[in-house]
Amino acid sequence: MAVIEAKGLHVAFGNVVAVEDVSITVGAGEVVTLIGPNGAGKTTTVETLEGYRSPDSGSVRVLGLDPVADRAALAPRIGVMLQEGGTYPGLSARRALTLFASYYDNARPVDEMLDLTGLTAVASTPAKRLSGGERRRLALALALVGRPEVAFLDEPTAGVDPEGRVVVRSIVRSLASQGAAVLLTTHELAEAERVASRVVIVDHGRVVAEGKPAELVTTAQEILFAAPTGIDVASLAAALMAPVTEVTPGEYRVATAASPQAIAGLTAWLAEHNLPLADLRAGRQSLEDAYMRITASIDKDDAQASGRTR
Amino acid sequence: MTVTVTPSDEAGTGRSGTGRLRSGRALRAQTVEEIRMTLEQGERLLVTFVIPILGLVLFSTVPIVTTGTPKRVDFYAPSVLALAVVSTAMVNLAIATGFERSWGVLKRLGTTPLGSATLLGAKVLSVLAVEVVQVIVLGGIAVALGWRPGAGAGVAVAGELLGTVAFSGIGFLLAGTLRAEVTLAVANGLYVVMLGISGIMFPIAKLGAFAHVARLLPAGALVDALRPALTSGAHASLEAWLTLAVWAVLAPGAAVAAFSFE
Repeated sequence: MAVIEAKGLHVAFGNVVAVEDVSITVGAGEVVTLIGPNGAGKTTTVETLEGYRSPDSGSVRVLGLDPVADRAALAPRIGVMLQEGGTYPGLSARRALTLFASYYDNARPVDEMLDLTGLTAVASTPAKRLSGGERRRLALALALVGRPEVAFLDEPTAGVDPEGRVVVRSIVRSLASQGAAVLLTTHELAEAERVASRVVIVDHGRVVAEGKPAELVTTAQEILFAAPTGIDVASLAAALMAPVTEVTPGEYRVATAASPQAIAGLTAWLAEHNLPLADLRAGRQSLEDAYMRITASIDKDDAQASGRTR
Repeated sequence: MTVTVTPSDEAGTGRSGTGRLRSGRALRAQTVEEIRMTLEQGERLLVTFVIPILGLVLFSTVPIVTTGTPKRVDFYAPSVLALAVVSTAMVNLAIATGFERSWGVLKRLGTTPLGSATLLGAKVLSVLAVEVVQVIVLGGIAVALGWRPGAGAGVAVAGELLGTVAFSGIGFLLAGTLRAEVTLAVANGLYVVMLGISGIMFPIAKLGAFAHVARLLPAGALVDALRPALTSGAHASLEAWLTLAVWAVLAPGAAVAAFSFE
């Protein structure tokens, strides 16, 4: 059952369309990551779900409620981490957490939150003197102090150092394992791959791909390799019985399943023509490959479409 | 449709018994924190305490201005009690709220159960609490300097409250519409202007033709309403009370209409 649900979401600021058409569902115990380039509409989508604005068309529901009309009923049950800011610079983590804890009936103990987010050592330092990563972890602690059933985390790892990221990831996972629905955004693919049960790729205000990280990365049937520029792709294609293209000078793509036979065929052909093999990627792509492939094909379509207001 | 992960006794209602309990607890915590934030910052104490105290002592003891009252402190005690309201309800409130808006704090609080009504309540209560401290400190110093308040203490309290409504309206209007840095400049600018031309530093009558305009400004009206109540023998000005009442309606009204949380 969907805890967070957006259907055909469309949001414009004046005549600038921030979100064109986004549909997402997040169930209890699920971590869904919205990923996309800056300006793709991630933050607008999340903030509409948080109740900061009403959609121009489409619908949003959180725990079955309308985020704007039912704000008072939803507020005790959701946790929000804004893309930036949202904390008093003059307050220490302990003071800010104590204050926020007073807003909720069943808040988590402040010491527990400090410990969980690794802020105990700097608990008395005013937020303005914390590092960027520590401030993000404080914002995360403030989002979770009220034991939310739904967490919206906008770029929770932006500016966080590698150690802090490990902390953030483990908090997100344990939140979901306790049954919360988590929607987070990032523009870093490695982050999405590590923490998400599902990834939704958005670009230009639209969902362009969606699935488990493993599904997204294995959909491509291709072998990528690097070799000197200008090799005879027609001859290679004939040898492999699959289309071969030179994607960029010196980088080639064979449109076939990455079977051992295909790879053996490729290396044999290169050996026969006395050509060096500089790089070879086959089988499981990184999410980054999938992401680049998906957004690149969108941009190509986009260039052909005309007259769209953005 | 509702998925309840953590059992919550008020899921979907938001206004049960525990909801009321919670908002009482949140109001108390928020008010205390707002007061602490005001009192721990040096630059805020400058406008709320240091400048009024220095002005009171200096102008009451050194014959710089002809006040037209038997004792100089009889003129300056009501002046600084009006200035207390201007500094706390307008300058401090505007700057604090303006920066909270620019830091995204107001936006963030919007998705907590605190609610804008409780936040507003906490801010107003903290303004009143700081004003009580100001009245005690400034009034105490004035008494030590020989001031003996008139019989109208109750009337003066009403004036301070009406002034607080008017000036916090202006404070919220600035904070909710301008960038924080602009709010800072405008609030401090208004403080200096009102200090100069609203009968706080010298009698408003000395402004000549401009006095009519000065009396229409909220600080001028507040001083005119307070002075008779706090000085024996003078009588109340209906015009001042009406002017103050109009500001107390218009300024919060404009703030409510124009305030933006982001």
